[in-house]
Amino acid sequence: MGAQLRVYKRRIRSVTATKKITKAMEMIAASRIVKAQRQVAASTPYASELTRAVTAVATGSKTKHALTTEVANPVRAAVLLITSDRGLAGGYSSNAIKAADKLTERLRSEGKEVMTYIIGRKGVSYYEFRERAVAQSWTGFTDSPTYADAKMVAAPLIEAVQQDTAEGGVDELHIVFTEFVSMMTQRPVDDRLLPLTLAGGGAEASDGAAAAKDEILPLYDFEPSAEGVLDALLPRYVESRIYNALLQSAASKHAATRRAMKSATDNAGELIKTLSRLANAARQAEITQEISEIVGGASAMADATAGSDR
Amino acid sequence: MAAELHVELVAADRSVWSGEATLVIARTASGDIGVMPGHQPLLGVLESGPVTIRTSDGGTVVAAVHGGFVSFADDKLSLLAEIVELSDEIDVQRAERALERAKAETDAAAERRADVRLRAVAGVH
Repeated sequence: MGAQLRVYKRRIRSVTATKKITKAMEMIAASRIVKAQRQVAASTPYASELTRAVTAVATGSKTKHALTTEVANPVRAAVLLITSDRGLAGGYSSNAIKAADKLTERLRSEGKEVMTYIIGRKGVSYYEFRERAVAQSWTGFTDSPTYADAKMVAAPLIEAVQQDTAEGGVDELHIVFTEFVSMMTQRPVDDRLLPLTLAGGGAEASDGAAAAKDEILPLYDFEPSAEGVLDALLPRYVESRIYNALLQSAASKHAATRRAMKSATDNAGELIKTLSRLANAARQAEITQEISEIVGGASAMADATAGSDR
Repeated sequence: MAAELHVELVAADRSVWSGEATLVIARTASGDIGVMPGHQPLLGVLESGPVTIRTSDGGTVVAAVHGGFVSFADDKLSLLAEIVELSDEIDVQRAERALERAKAETDAAAERRADVRLRAVAGVH
């Protein structure tokens, strides 16, 4: 076998092995999307009921609460960015990071100081590499987040919101995550969680709250009091929104991985096809050369014999 | 036909139970509250405690609820909590062990959780 042909054969083998790996990863991601989607669906009743309750208290009572009223001059805002722990998901993490950058820039231009909270190793390493300040970060649960994870993330955020701004608290809470629109479409979005935007605000629309908006809410009797209910309700609301965002991000991540791995598999297939053609051509060239060598040798022999006869 | 109310018992990550009921008893911050059809719209904070639902077919569903909310309007009642366990899902031995351990370590929160579980199983309110 000629050297050229051997090189092609070796490359085909290696690309075939890669293709097998990417194919397997594609299938794993596809099965995980279904699971993640089921989780999103399972968490929806809680989220929508909670949103309904929050809407009811915030609109139904005249209570002024630190978490619902807009501050006249907000000076500090917290941004929670959700990325993934692992790569191989196309532009998934970088799109979310870009969305967070845009939001940060907008908030800065409005004169607010921005504190960044990050979930996922990709986002953390992006910020670390650029030596940007990160208030707090979490890693290790982005593939299958649980409610306890959301609680853990929400705790310092809620604390920061409740703290006085002068002592390092924040006035606003934003979240950047990747919305799972469909298998093919995932969109990075930024939402303002707090202060609540209830009437006509777009921020509520993402998790089943759209239905609650047009409804006329009854006059509730609050137990123990409107303030007490709101105090207990809002942390749960933030937790459930973060949980929902984590689940959607996980589903989006798996979808992005599936797509990236599918195109990698397709590309590997293409490469194998091209390489096989080149290998075939090399083999054919080798055979042609051998034939012409044999023919050349035979005719030289014939010429030599004919010469000695004379 | 007796009046009924529709109950949704929802945990953070799943819907636990839903159906028609005639009476729901839950523990709010200021004491036990019973909700029957036609009750005034209500939004309350729940304490950790058992919730008893009398279903319209005469049965009783008991669940241990750890924190959460009750909201009632238009004969629709939703019970929201981070953790909800139906009485037949609770592992009694495990809860008893947890109770003993919590008592030994004087962990009031864990003791309460285990106690609520056990009371939900026993059906004692």
